[in-house]
Amino acid sequence: MSLNLFLQNVANGLSLGSLYALIAIGYTMVYGILRLINFAHGEIFMLAPYFLYFGVLIFHLPWWASIIAAIALTAMTGMLSERIAYKPLRDAPRISALISAIGVSFFLQNLAIVVFSGIPKSVHRPAFFTRLYRFGEIRIQSTLFASIIVSSIFLTLLLYVVYRTKTGLAMRAISTDIETSRLMAADVNKAISITFIIGSALAAVGGILWGLRFPQLFPTMGMIPGLKAFIAAVVGGIGNIPGAMLGGLILGMTEILFVAFLPAVSGYRDAFVFLILILILLFKPDGILGKKVQEKV
Amino acid sequence: MRKSLFVLTLAILIIAISSSALAADVVKLGIAEPMTGAMAVGGELCMRGYELAHEQKPTVLGKTVELILVDNKSDKVEAASAVSRLIERDGVVAVFVSYGSGMAIPGGEVANKAGIPLLSGTATNPLVTQGKDFVFRTCFIDPFQGEVMARYTFENLGIKKAALLVDIAQDYSVGLANFYKRTFEELGGEIVSDTKYNTGDQDFSAQLSQVIASGAEALFFPGYFGDVALIAIQGRELGYEGQYLGGDTLHNPVLIELAGEAAEGLIASTFFAEDQPATPESEKYAALFREKYGLAPDAVSILTYDSYNLMLDAIERAGSFDPAAIRDALAVTKGFQGAGGSVTINETGDAIKPAVLVKVVNGEYKYETTVNP
Repeated sequence: MSLNLFLQNVANGLSLGSLYALIAIGYTMVYGILRLINFAHGEIFMLAPYFLYFGVLIFHLPWWASIIAAIALTAMTGMLSERIAYKPLRDAPRISALISAIGVSFFLQNLAIVVFSGIPKSVHRPAFFTRLYRFGEIRIQSTLFASIIVSSIFLTLLLYVVYRTKTGLAMRAISTDIETSRLMAADVNKAISITFIIGSALAAVGGILWGLRFPQLFPTMGMIPGLKAFIAAVVGGIGNIPGAMLGGLILGMTEILFVAFLPAVSGYRDAFVFLILILILLFKPDGILGKKVQEKV
Repeated sequence: MRKSLFVLTLAILIIAISSSALAADVVKLGIAEPMTGAMAVGGELCMRGYELAHEQKPTVLGKTVELILVDNKSDKVEAASAVSRLIERDGVVAVFVSYGSGMAIPGGEVANKAGIPLLSGTATNPLVTQGKDFVFRTCFIDPFQGEVMARYTFENLGIKKAALLVDIAQDYSVGLANFYKRTFEELGGEIVSDTKYNTGDQDFSAQLSQVIASGAEALFFPGYFGDVALIAIQGRELGYEGQYLGGDTLHNPVLIELAGEAAEGLIASTFFAEDQPATPESEKYAALFREKYGLAPDAVSILTYDSYNLMLDAIERAGSFDPAAIRDALAVTKGFQGAGGSVTINETGDAIKPAVLVKVVNGEYKYETTVNP
């Protein structure tokens, strides 16, 4: 493999990995605070570019306004899903909430098939997002820069909210012990709602950038990216926010290099990724940046 | 108590009698297509053809045709059970399975065992009809299609180096790519890059970077149109300037809508071109289709339209609803005037018809050339 081809693939890997990272941050945040694997994250992710599509097409909003509206609507949907499907189960065994999350995922996916139809829709991309940057032979899509910038901004914001604000304090308290937090007069419901709003907004931003990078919308588009983000979160150490970002980048890079070096089996890249998940769970279940957590008895 | 039991029995009797009386005027034909899952769009296109044909011709031999649809969920295992459900539970006299060779192959096996004729509109993989007396199709097969495209690439376009990008999850894609490769190499061409993907993948940057580095002048991607639209866009973004080529799945206006500029110049082998109607039926069909759906006709619905009409034609020629008689009538089909060209069924149950090549020019499919078998 020539150096140019290798560098091009590194750029491809970064481009894909930065998108995984963005989705994985939201995934890991909800897990870190509620110990809930929100399987509906991929469907929340899918809704955002659809909202954007309809904002531009039906309401003729300028694209920046549609993006803001889409993020807000998606965040609302995420919060509502928590109120309806997870809140009543807060004191139930953890597995019940997990099953409920799978239910929400299927519900949103099938609702999207009924409402939006199964025929894929094309995404109109503002000129900035179709732009290409050339570095010698290497070509890089502008979405790569957009996703790196956006992820860094959100990462900083998120770390600020979690470690420097009162709500963040409540979030961290809930992640340690939800009962005691209640006794200490923390507003548990508010903190959890905010967690879901931020997590879903992150999924929305990821979904919109994904839609601009891969301009095609269909109701099942969130399934595989959602699973990949989950794997990225596990690789980085689930619950750990910088870890999720690192995991996303590693996963994107691994996928691209797998295809680049083994083109004959390139169709099995997802199988390879799931194999990595199994190996990580077997040999380093806490992930790269994860801490060993003592299970409370 | 006794009285209510009597009323109940009476009600059941009445229902049983009336439904059997109704059944006498109805002939049931089964449809097993993907209505959900990765190929739901294909299923939707198929239904347009069946429904349009059914509206035009709702009766045969004095009975009303009832179409019973079962979703095969884009799944190969479900495809087999969908067909057996139609045969065993609904008692259909014939079955249609069109979209996805991967689903038509197991579906055909079930129908063949049960002795019920199965007609496929669009499944082009040779295994669909191979060794199955009761399975037929209204399209040509991939060895022919692959050869036509390979010859066209080498001889007409003068291209000596081509690349393949194949969907490993689809029998259609794998088969067609192999036949293309075989002819292209026999002619003296070289396949310089052979990469794969899986249905539903969205990122193709690594494969396309390899195609570009290999110096291929043409990229042959015989996949389903949703995936191909993304490949076409990403290829152009990464700076690939070669010729895009594909099979009949790429003759679909939705592809152009999805890929936009990137689809320009793409050449696909298909069954008809709207601007070069093969039969009077073709013109009639295009007008009907545009009126009902407001869209340009695609390669899928035109063939499901033809399969419905061919099935009714076979029933009329057989003069009965006996599955074996319908099978015998289908087997001797000669010069049936379909919208997607004239259909003659050969000894393996496949349609012998010319391949039509279309090219995307200014966002529309334009007739390029016809290749006779």
